[in-house]
Amino acid sequence: MNIEIINGRLIDPASHLDKLGSLYISAGKIVGVLNAPEGFQAEHTIDAQAQVVCPGFVDLATHLREPGQTHKASIQSETQAAASAGFTSLCMPPDTNPVIDTAAVVELINDKAEQAGYPHIYPIAALTRGLAGKELSSMYSLKQAGCIAVSHAQAPIQSLLILRRAMEYAATHDLLLIYVPQEQALINNGCAHEGAMASQYGLPSIPVAAETIALMQCIELIELTGCRVHFRGLSCARSVVLIQKAKQAGLAITADIAMHHLHLIDTDMPPYDSSYHVLPPLRSADDRDALIKAVQEGVIDSICSDHQPHDVDAKLGAFPETEAGISSLETVLPLMLRLVAAKDLQLIEGIAKLSSAPARTLGIEAGTLAVGVVADVCIFDPEKEWQINSSTWQSRGWNTPYWHTMMQGKVTQTIQAGKVIFSE
Amino acid sequence: MAAIENLQLNAQGKLQHFLSIEGLDQSLLTEILDTAESFAEVSKQSVKKIPLLRGKTIVNLFFENSTRTRATFELAATRLSADILSMNIATSATSKGESLLDTIRNMEAMQVDMFVVRHSLSGAPHFIAQHVADHISVINAGDGQHEHPTQAMLDMFTIRQVKQQFAGLRVAIVGDILHSRVARSQIHALNILGAEEVRVIAPKTLLPTDVESLGVSVFNDLDNGLKNVDVIIMLRLQKERMNSALLPSESEYFKCFGLSDERLKIANSDAIVMHPGPINRGVEISSSVADGPQSVILQQVSNGIAVRMAVMSMAMRNNEGGE
Repeated sequence: MNIEIINGRLIDPASHLDKLGSLYISAGKIVGVLNAPEGFQAEHTIDAQAQVVCPGFVDLATHLREPGQTHKASIQSETQAAASAGFTSLCMPPDTNPVIDTAAVVELINDKAEQAGYPHIYPIAALTRGLAGKELSSMYSLKQAGCIAVSHAQAPIQSLLILRRAMEYAATHDLLLIYVPQEQALINNGCAHEGAMASQYGLPSIPVAAETIALMQCIELIELTGCRVHFRGLSCARSVVLIQKAKQAGLAITADIAMHHLHLIDTDMPPYDSSYHVLPPLRSADDRDALIKAVQEGVIDSICSDHQPHDVDAKLGAFPETEAGISSLETVLPLMLRLVAAKDLQLIEGIAKLSSAPARTLGIEAGTLAVGVVADVCIFDPEKEWQINSSTWQSRGWNTPYWHTMMQGKVTQTIQAGKVIFSE
Repeated sequence: MAAIENLQLNAQGKLQHFLSIEGLDQSLLTEILDTAESFAEVSKQSVKKIPLLRGKTIVNLFFENSTRTRATFELAATRLSADILSMNIATSATSKGESLLDTIRNMEAMQVDMFVVRHSLSGAPHFIAQHVADHISVINAGDGQHEHPTQAMLDMFTIRQVKQQFAGLRVAIVGDILHSRVARSQIHALNILGAEEVRVIAPKTLLPTDVESLGVSVFNDLDNGLKNVDVIIMLRLQKERMNSALLPSESEYFKCFGLSDERLKIANSDAIVMHPGPINRGVEISSSVADGPQSVILQQVSNGIAVRMAVMSMAMRNNEGGE
């Protein structure tokens, strides 16, 4: 179908474009930016007056809970939430049940994605069989099945020797490792940032070193193995320093942070409110400020949702026994706009962190509005105010600290491969 | 930092749940102590019972084993003429996979008026207080590493009995501060009641991060920490600490942090020695100190009943709109 999007503010970070104009789509691809190709006849016109037209967002970590945890959410439910939040590509961490360690699971996910009408799901392969941290997964077969990267999600790896070999093997097949730096021994069943708040509430705490030690070890193993690595979900100022140093030393690494870590800190939590229970934990104000600066300076390349929808029961209980994670796809855009409003980021930079940067990390053709690329487009109204509640929320997981909060900025249309997958 | 106080107090600012010392003010803590004083008289009479809570049902919900705390709550309830049922849930419902909320709902369905909760996880009584029916009061009998407010109040009661007032007092809390809910409650209570200085004395492995933020001065050395002190509170050292590389051995711990007769002399001559129990003789405290003239350890136990009677009657009264 031929679609024209008119009167919008076109923002494409990859080509530094920020202009009022039109976008033209045909046969699933972008065929014209600002100017219509010769003889273009629109079958469908979207008037994007007072709205932003930008690349569809690319998420580096979206827990869709299927297969295995469909009591929490499903590919159907969460891709709907993703579409309504402007996301057109999702990376799915391998900690499903069964784990994404065979081609059969990859095929199952792809089938479900097709059924849900949301084809751009990237299942990330498990680094070790069953994510048990002991034996290598069949990475080559998984790559053939369509996996573009490997990861260990938040599961522990038995030893540095296993990690070294897994990284060497991933490098053999030129697979990107998406690495979540967490040293389990130092996490030690903790559930809150090690600081005054945890001491006051008597919560088992997680020191910053649980992240930085794992990060340093992995950086050294990159030197040793030559594996391409993306660091997922950083949470503290010390990690920023380490990433910056490694980048200055010339290592080809990238890093991301979950959007909520740019906003919330440990002391924001009302007493024992489990909707704030997340891993890595919400850290100090100094950490958050350093993370914002790292995003501004490009030390942290991307911002992701780290979407983790939960059922009600998972969050009902004494804080330490509740499950960690925030349902976050739908708050990413309004929270990015808050950073823009606070002058922490330019709008075009904020969009880059959600689209062109993660696409570049993954090496996929997405995150840009260039002629000839797949037409993944997000159109949003940056002024629209809305409240998060059961009638506006799409995800099956209601576990967000922002429940009932007023937000500004809402997606109005999402186009994936030239097809409108969300329209308000 | 968001406070717990709203949940603990009713619309008139009166205590309806007793979850933590943190968030309460001096007048409320003093009210508890004064009320406890009147109940202490009851226990001295030959008929140790008053009809204040007749017809009320109190359930001890102990998700973690405890003998003494449970016993004093049972006695306190009995002396107030309430009916009390003690549930040892550590060995029943949750081991069958029942969730905390289901356990509470089931108990609630039995028309009870108060839960006394002990749980191994910090915040569990807070969670229960948020989810119970409006007319039910929740008393925290110790949650994880968070607070044990009735223990702290009986300690304050004992200190006031001996020292009359808190102003000018230097208090040292010695031992496993990190894992101690008692210590957290004591620190808050002493600061709210106006003690001159609260010290914590412990090796670095047994101190919480940023412990100064709770309002204490920190000592890693017992001899320095005990100088000019009026009250010494020794904490129980649990044997598990040796297995998790927090301490090398009991004997080394006693050498560094154990309270002996010689050590006791460093403190002020009229200093009192307290311990929430149960005592490990020869580990954190020598027998001669525990049984010596400066020890008020058994006085603490007697006072536990009066303080728990005070808290139970206050919470029950205030949760009915001042009936």
